[in-house]
Amino acid sequence: MTNDVKKKKQLMTRLVPLIVFLCVSIFLYIGLFRDATVLESTFIGRPVPEFALNDLVEPELQHDKSVLSGKPMLLNVWATWCPTCYAEHKYLNELAEDGVYIVGMNYKDERTKALRWLEELDNPYKISLYDPDGMLGLDLGVYGAPETFFIDSKGIIQYKHVGDINPRNWNSELKAVYEQLK
Amino acid sequence: MIPEIGHFSLIVATALSFLLAIYPLIGAKINHPGMINSAKPLAIMQFLLMTLSFVVLAYAFATDDFSVGYVATNSNSLLPLRYKISAVWGGHEGSLLLWSLTLAIWTAAVAVFSRGIPKVALARVLSVMGMIAIGFNLFILLTSNPFDRTLPYLPLDGNDLNPLLQDVGLIFHPPMLYMGYVGFSVAFAFAIAALMAGRLDSAWARWSRPWTLVAWVFLTAGIALGSWWAYYELGWGGWWFWDPVENSSFMPWLAGTALIHSLAVSEKRGVFKSWTVLLSISAFSLSLLGTFLVRSGVLVSVHAFASDPARGLFILAFLIAVVGGSLLLYAVKGSEIKSRGKYGLFSRETFLLINNVLLIAALLVVLIGTLLPLVHKELGMGSISIGVPFFNNIFFYIMIPFAIALGVAPLLRWKKQEADLRPLFIQLAVIAVASIVLAVALPAIFADKIKIVAVVGFALAFWVIITSLLEVYIRATHRHSFATGVTKLGRSHWAMVLGHIGLAMMLIGISATQNYKIEKDLRMLPGDEVVFADYLFEFERIGEANGSNYEGYKAVFNISKDGKFETVMHAEKRSYFAQRSMPMTEAAIDWGVTRDLYIALGEQLADDSWAVRIYYEPFIRFIWWGGLVMSIGGLLAVSDRRYRFVNKGAAKAQ
Repeated sequence: MTNDVKKKKQLMTRLVPLIVFLCVSIFLYIGLFRDATVLESTFIGRPVPEFALNDLVEPELQHDKSVLSGKPMLLNVWATWCPTCYAEHKYLNELAEDGVYIVGMNYKDERTKALRWLEELDNPYKISLYDPDGMLGLDLGVYGAPETFFIDSKGIIQYKHVGDINPRNWNSELKAVYEQLK
Repeated sequence: MIPEIGHFSLIVATALSFLLAIYPLIGAKINHPGMINSAKPLAIMQFLLMTLSFVVLAYAFATDDFSVGYVATNSNSLLPLRYKISAVWGGHEGSLLLWSLTLAIWTAAVAVFSRGIPKVALARVLSVMGMIAIGFNLFILLTSNPFDRTLPYLPLDGNDLNPLLQDVGLIFHPPMLYMGYVGFSVAFAFAIAALMAGRLDSAWARWSRPWTLVAWVFLTAGIALGSWWAYYELGWGGWWFWDPVENSSFMPWLAGTALIHSLAVSEKRGVFKSWTVLLSISAFSLSLLGTFLVRSGVLVSVHAFASDPARGLFILAFLIAVVGGSLLLYAVKGSEIKSRGKYGLFSRETFLLINNVLLIAALLVVLIGTLLPLVHKELGMGSISIGVPFFNNIFFYIMIPFAIALGVAPLLRWKKQEADLRPLFIQLAVIAVASIVLAVALPAIFADKIKIVAVVGFALAFWVIITSLLEVYIRATHRHSFATGVTKLGRSHWAMVLGHIGLAMMLIGISATQNYKIEKDLRMLPGDEVVFADYLFEFERIGEANGSNYEGYKAVFNISKDGKFETVMHAEKRSYFAQRSMPMTEAAIDWGVTRDLYIALGEQLADDSWAVRIYYEPFIRFIWWGGLVMSIGGLLAVSDRRYRFVNKGAAKAQ
């Protein structure tokens, strides 16, 4: 009888690691899904953050968040160190010709190189922001380049596209997103 | 076509791991020799196929095959070949493939080098390792296939490897860590196999021990290498940051350190078996948990792979199956573990147990510190961050009893305490006084202030060193004169001495840098001078310094002390062509035994002056040297004669 009680007690002791582990797993499980939603909501549906950045072409000119509202637009993050941006650039020129309003943000780059790039490849941007330290990029949660934010006329970010924009993804999904912006 | 060969061999390897997990295990159950003998060839075949798969991926990187999506996201045509190769494990998919390959290497190694182990026992062990391989291979195939093609729209060129990863240290660091992490799967498999068979004798501990030691050596060296890399490459002058990625390699190390000691006791004395089994399970479980934390992005939300929660979910399910399953097995079968032998209060067993418990306490601190921010958020208490002071504080208090017990344990006898403890206590008291005197003297020599925290750290270090030397002396003069006796000490004995002295060296390094490190952010123009920790730094000039794949600036500093010229230091700032977003700091480090001088060049400021960070880091090298000495100790233990021909008669418990 007492032997049985002792055995049961020992079993309970040996179960402790398992129980502790299962509790940890529950938190890990919840954490797994919480993250995905947080990541989305951080950027989408929020207004563009405050910023003060100089113009790329005219260094004396300073822009703030008012340039990112008033009409539906794309905010394209690019840099000369980014080969994919090079591939994307040609198509951005085409979009700009079709009347899509694109604001460029030159990200962690050098001004002279960026200007040469725009001279050689044409400039699809109505306004070019210069963000050499990645300050606005940080606030927007930019991972790398290229990234494109879809901003409506109230200055609210409605969508974010990571990677290049090309005829394929523009026609299949991004165009619709752009046209829904008000 | 070639990437498909890699993909295909991965699939076949997975099929083999299913066979390996099932076939030999059934063979062991029904005692069918053919099925039992199949374990070894299956393990070797699995290893060959995994190697082929990995080589194919490396080949895709070397030949810039950007039609493979993983290659395109992690490499580009401008990258030097050696970094193309290290880029193979630079990203998620490839590092998992490396994980799996490492497991296959360990499995094959166990199959080939375990001649002395009965075939039935070996079959069970290899089966357990096969089960782990199933999980990881399926994970790769189903959620993270590195061979996925981007056809028909292949990119012109690839993205860039993070410049931080373009470093020699990072070529070796992850494979070494993985060898350590995954190496604990062997101890795990031995423990699970023994639980399944219900046979936990000293032989089991003896088989498991050399494998565990090798894994521990890899992990120790890997962590030390990572710390050293962070020091010279990141340009912050720090050597440990308590970030979740570091913590997830430190937790298995703590469990592994407890395990190698506990295994020694189980082998020699036949006690602590239940504890050893639990530690075997824990060490590997923590390796898996570390993989989960790093790879699922639960903790570092910015770098999350959370856009694809399927991956995290898969690892979590796998984690629950492996860890939950083995802990359940432990709970149910644990009653069959019988420890024979009793031990007295002042016996070596007691003190080893104390330190085991302290190691686990430290482990729990790291675990809680790493997971608490997550738990806190989920309970709706807002975001908190567990900072460096939390860890440093608690580790300081854990270290005190730990180092004291560590010094005493080797001086005690196994099993029963000395009849007369007084001589020992007198010796210890003398050593304690000597340690404290030395600990006060050390900062009095090299620093201008005596800080209590540092003195405690130094005293513990000297305590460990002196008690270790005393132990060597006592052991050597037991039967012979000191000169003959010292040559007769076994390798595993020297292993213990080196392991403990390595820890003492780390203690010295840590106490000195944490308390006497000086850092300054300065704005300097060429020609400026600054006096810093008795050294005169003269910023002589700065010029352009371009390399084959980067351009940048190089600043020249002249260092002198007491009016005498000491050295010239060159601090660089580089901007790699491939990725300009991240200018890299190449810190100038003038290293020495007693101190490092460290200069990191920052941004250029408006008026042609430069931001410069200067650090004075006393004894910081001792941290990595300590790690090196510990690793050498581990290697000595593995090379001990007892493990060379593993058979039952060879290990005489002594």
